[in-house]
Amino acid sequence: MKPAPFAYVRATSVADTLAVLDSDPQVKLLAGGQSLLAVMNLRLARPSRILDIGQLRELDRVFDDDDSILIGALRTHRRVETDPLIRARVPLLAEAARHIGHVAIRNRGTLGGSLAHADPAGELPAAMVALGATLYVESHTRARREIAAEDFFTSLFTTALEPSDMLTWIRVPASHPTTGWGFTEVARRHGDFALAGAAAQITLAADGVVTRARAVLFGVADRPVLVTAVEQTVGNRPDPSTWRQVAREAAAALEPADEPEYQRHLAVTSLTRAFTQAADRSRAAHHRGTQS
Amino acid sequence: MNDVRIDIEVNGIRYERTVDARTSLADFLREQIGLTGTHLGCEHGVCGACTVLVDGRSVRSCLSLAAQAGGTTVRTVEGLGDGDGLSPLQQAMSRHHGLQCGFCTPGFVVAATELLENSAELDDHDVREALSGNVCRCTGYHGIVAAVLEVARERQPATGKAAE
Repeated sequence: MKPAPFAYVRATSVADTLAVLDSDPQVKLLAGGQSLLAVMNLRLARPSRILDIGQLRELDRVFDDDDSILIGALRTHRRVETDPLIRARVPLLAEAARHIGHVAIRNRGTLGGSLAHADPAGELPAAMVALGATLYVESHTRARREIAAEDFFTSLFTTALEPSDMLTWIRVPASHPTTGWGFTEVARRHGDFALAGAAAQITLAADGVVTRARAVLFGVADRPVLVTAVEQTVGNRPDPSTWRQVAREAAAALEPADEPEYQRHLAVTSLTRAFTQAADRSRAAHHRGTQS
Repeated sequence: MNDVRIDIEVNGIRYERTVDARTSLADFLREQIGLTGTHLGCEHGVCGACTVLVDGRSVRSCLSLAAQAGGTTVRTVEGLGDGDGLSPLQQAMSRHHGLQCGFCTPGFVVAATELLENSAELDDHDVREALSGNVCRCTGYHGIVAAVLEVARERQPATGKAAE
């Protein structure tokens, strides 16, 4: 199908975009369009006015800012996936981006677009919550706000963004060299939307005791779910059964809308895998450290 | 109000046209400049038949507005060969029976062209992953993958790698 008619304007700057959003809250921002144009083609969305921000080069940049990486909202998934800096400093994010759709989708889809769209099965919203990222939101009239990723996603396809707001930058804490990461998802075919998935970061001390643990489930609720149960592992030395037990506890707290038994089963499986990958990577980082 | 003026280069030719804002890049290519090699299957980004290269990168032309593509350089399946001659990949697709009905073929050839232009060495897994966004209901993919791998292998002497 074809989209319903709309008026199209190309934005020239962030300031220009914010001014247009302020004067016309009905206007819809178009970045890469890989979600928006699909739902417009299916006529699930019929915006009457489109403001194309896809050419705003000022938001297509990445900065190495000491302990964090600052990424512009218009960076494409493909650039995030292949960026040597992101792969080295925030490998979980690069891996999450790799799981999105297919190359041609990742060449166009943007980080900011994906976060603002807030698909509950989306990889990037989950990765941002797992990484403890901060989202920068700007508007014409209000001062710039910093919103923690875990507060940004409020419901199904719904975020803390007001109609006149624009997501501009995303600050992602760089992962410590001994922090291990895990990212898994279950999908019927490669590139399909995830039925369930999990992202985890675990830091073990040299003696194997957990010093930091954070994890997220996605595709199983109306937004990414922070797995608070994993915090009980901090200070303990986990064995393989620990991770499955935490995953079972996290899955039991879910209330999936359909096929709850199956969804909980997938949640346990993906979370256990993500934990195991993350712990193994942390151990391997210590091993490399002692060898050199 | 909904008309947008675009300036776009397609297969080496520059076009200045006025389009309705809602015109997809695919419909622009097919209906306004007559390049019907780009096929439209699902029109929501799932089948990959409409894949074209925009500034050298593969995109779904059904999930791209013609208006968004203003100022870019586009290559379609018609622009891959050399005049009337087929590209090495197109010839290999023919040799390996990488197509039957041919509807999905332009998308596969364009996506595989991007892959071949951006990677030094390729194995079966790389090719299958890169083409996972393209759906073919006839061939079972084997001939398509074989064709891409053959082109990757045969060009290796040029990149300094030993041929098998």
